[in-house]
Amino acid sequence: MATETVVKHDHHDETEGGAWDGGKRPFEASYGKLMMWYFLLSDAFTFAGFLIAYGTLRFSSATWPVPDFVFSTTPFGGHGLPLIFVTFMSFLLIISSVTMVRGVQEGHRENKRGVVFWMFLTIIGGIGFLSCQAWEWNNLINVEHMSVTVNPFGTHVESGTYLEGDGHDINAGDSFAKGDSYLIHQHNGEFHPLKYKTDAGVEKQQEFGPKAFGALFFFITGFHGFHVLSGVVFLIIIMINAASGLYVERKNGYEMVEKVGLYWHFVDLVWVFVFLVFYLL
Amino acid sequence: MGHKSYEESIKDVYKGLVLLAVVTLIEVGISLFGKGHLGYKPSPEMGWLLALVAIGLIVLSLYKAYFIIYEFMHMSSEVRGLRLTVLMPCLLLVWAVIAFFQEGNSWFERRDLIKQKNERSINDKKMDVQGSLIQKEETYQM
Repeated sequence: MATETVVKHDHHDETEGGAWDGGKRPFEASYGKLMMWYFLLSDAFTFAGFLIAYGTLRFSSATWPVPDFVFSTTPFGGHGLPLIFVTFMSFLLIISSVTMVRGVQEGHRENKRGVVFWMFLTIIGGIGFLSCQAWEWNNLINVEHMSVTVNPFGTHVESGTYLEGDGHDINAGDSFAKGDSYLIHQHNGEFHPLKYKTDAGVEKQQEFGPKAFGALFFFITGFHGFHVLSGVVFLIIIMINAASGLYVERKNGYEMVEKVGLYWHFVDLVWVFVFLVFYLL
Repeated sequence: MGHKSYEESIKDVYKGLVLLAVVTLIEVGISLFGKGHLGYKPSPEMGWLLALVAIGLIVLSLYKAYFIIYEFMHMSSEVRGLRLTVLMPCLLLVWAVIAFFQEGNSWFERRDLIKQKNERSINDKKMDVQGSLIQKEETYQM
């Protein structure tokens, strides 16, 4: 009789104590998962701040480079293919998100080989995305000469006719409409804005686009790229841990895989909005 | 997750892949249409059509975000309190968007005024006594 009471008492302490007595998990989630969610929430606010800054500056500018003109180059010499390359990059992230979900599922089944296999594919997807971004940045910096302070992508505010050509896409005598975009090319390290005559008969020369565009582009896609890079590093560490059998011993099993999965999905989630704001709108 | 069988949940994942891929392709299509790459170019006067394109893109992106959070990140199987504490604060961003875009618009309206100020020479007789930026109230009416 006496022992029974004691047992009952212990049981009572463990599960039916007040919310502040410990032993109870808030929101029925583990500490690690809960904190990952709140970290992601704060990170979402950082990204939202950047993207809202982009929108604000875009609203405040008389002209803004049209994304389908700026991002219309692909590797292997593709030109005039608006958004094709960046759509490919989006698919890479979506697919790597899906392989991550598969990895987490295999973790629930305690299937070590499955976890390692799907995490490996996820890492490949992440590295592929980073490679694409490296190519895109290289193209913008070294071929099109955009920098944090110089934006050679401009937009015409009135229609007119070019008086000279640039040896690329524009020839003397070509006409353009209001709202058309152009890229000021460099020759021997110097920018050569083209002269043109407006339909009203005034002679003018191409102007540079709003500076903020380059700064925002490199800063925001760079910040996202840095998230992808650190995600890849975390994935590699946890994949090695999983392969070594570390999580087989653990009470919470493959929860680390789940947590890094949350982070990886968040990176994909942010890209949805970077893609929307920079490339689609 | 939970009560679904292993095979069912695998099937769901690939369904999710197809869904996200299709939504992304639709988005790119809508965007290219809005920019006039699909044969028909909406003129700048057709503001309502361009607004419709933008709203469509935003709604589809929000749907993708919902899908990633609820299906891939398993938010649907978390308890209500966790869902609310993570998602509700994001509503603050709605106000941030409204306030900052209003601000950006206001900067846009002021740009001409600032340009005028920059072009004034120091000896300009019309200049205010202290060169102050404050003007008569009518100047600020939009």
